[in-house]
Amino acid sequence: MPCSEKIVQWMHNYLDGDIQKEEEQQLRSHIQQCEACREHFYELKKTAAFVENVSHFIPSDDFVKKVMYNLPREKRRVRWKRWFTHHPFLTAASLFILLSTSSLWAVWQEDNEFSFSKQEHLIVQNHTVIVPEGKVVEGDIVVRNGNIKIEGEVHGNVTVINGHKYLASAGEVTGQIEEVNEVFDWIWYNVKRVGYNIAKTLTK
Amino acid sequence: MDMFIKQRIKAIKKGDQSAFADIVEMYKDKIYQLCYRMLGNRHEAEDAAQEAFIRAYVNIHTYDPTMKFSSWLYRIATNLSIDRIRKKKPDVYLDAEVSGTDGLTLYSQLADESASPEDALESLELQQMVQEAILKLPEKYRTVIVLKYIDELSLQEISDILNLPIGTVKTRIHRGREALRKHLGHL
Ligand SMILES: [Zn+2]
Repeated sequence: MPCSEKIVQWMHNYLDGDIQKEEEQQLRSHIQQCEACREHFYELKKTAAFVENVSHFIPSDDFVKKVMYNLPREKRRVRWKRWFTHHPFLTAASLFILLSTSSLWAVWQEDNEFSFSKQEHLIVQNHTVIVPEGKVVEGDIVVRNGNIKIEGEVHGNVTVINGHKYLASAGEVTGQIEEVNEVFDWIWYNVKRVGYNIAKTLTK
Repeated sequence: MDMFIKQRIKAIKKGDQSAFADIVEMYKDKIYQLCYRMLGNRHEAEDAAQEAFIRAYVNIHTYDPTMKFSSWLYRIATNLSIDRIRKKKPDVYLDAEVSGTDGLTLYSQLADESASPEDALESLELQQMVQEAILKLPEKYRTVIVLKYIDELSLQEISDILNLPIGTVKTRIHRGREALRKHLGHL
């Protein structure tokens, strides 16, 4: 046992780089003549060295990707706003077409059937479309009223309407991956889709 | 504060998610390290570290630029780790293993005659013993010890992160180090 609380306090202050010159000198001279304190100090220094030099582990390779996929979706409104302001003509035209051809809300409400794009390799289990591990799907996938689990690769865009997307750590999507779960999302999705078609027609 | 981080934060506040990816890239190792030392399990650390970044993103508007950005992140990750520790049963770590040690526990290793401190540190067993000793610390001591040693943070920074007076931080480091000494000092 070290002989006094004060000495032990100095030892810790020393290790924290938080000691007065004078105290440090007193600590040194005491340690030279007192074996118990010398031993205690040695143990503390060793302990500190162990903790300091413990090896560092690193997070998984796709750590950043996983964080980014799990960010909340509300910030997407910013993206809509940007798109609407950058494409005012397309937005207006798309909205006009959508509103004049069908009641969007009714379509959103009534369209409850589970359906998905027929692409190669897809497996379906309980309203979940699975892209199996090791398989590559060439093309876009749209899933309605169901979920998608991506364990393999998709060379294209993935859109889930009224459902969720699960991206396994081995899974990969080269294009956009999007969930459409609210009526506002639904309008946005259709505006973009119609807008894209108009743009295609115009540039033909 | 670093200009780069300042610009990134500005972009994030405007809704640019890709700017946040840069932040995650920059701090992921440190935040993961903190969570790992606090929780002692790689899988859980990964989970907690991800949650910490997501919370940071969601709460970016509450970030006060007079604080170091890294300190703010450390604060989020620390609080989150403490929450997770509290949700657990206290004895959960008694036989905790560090991945890659083939099922050796602290108890079986204590029985082994250990090598000199220099070589010992390179051994997996010692790594595990250090982690076990950290996990045995009550959370208030564990927090200060982890913060002090993962990034060589100053007493002032630790005091900022935990919002505690510097004197309290010192006392906790001293007590934590004494407790660690009891497990590691004789090695
Ligand atoms: Zn003495």
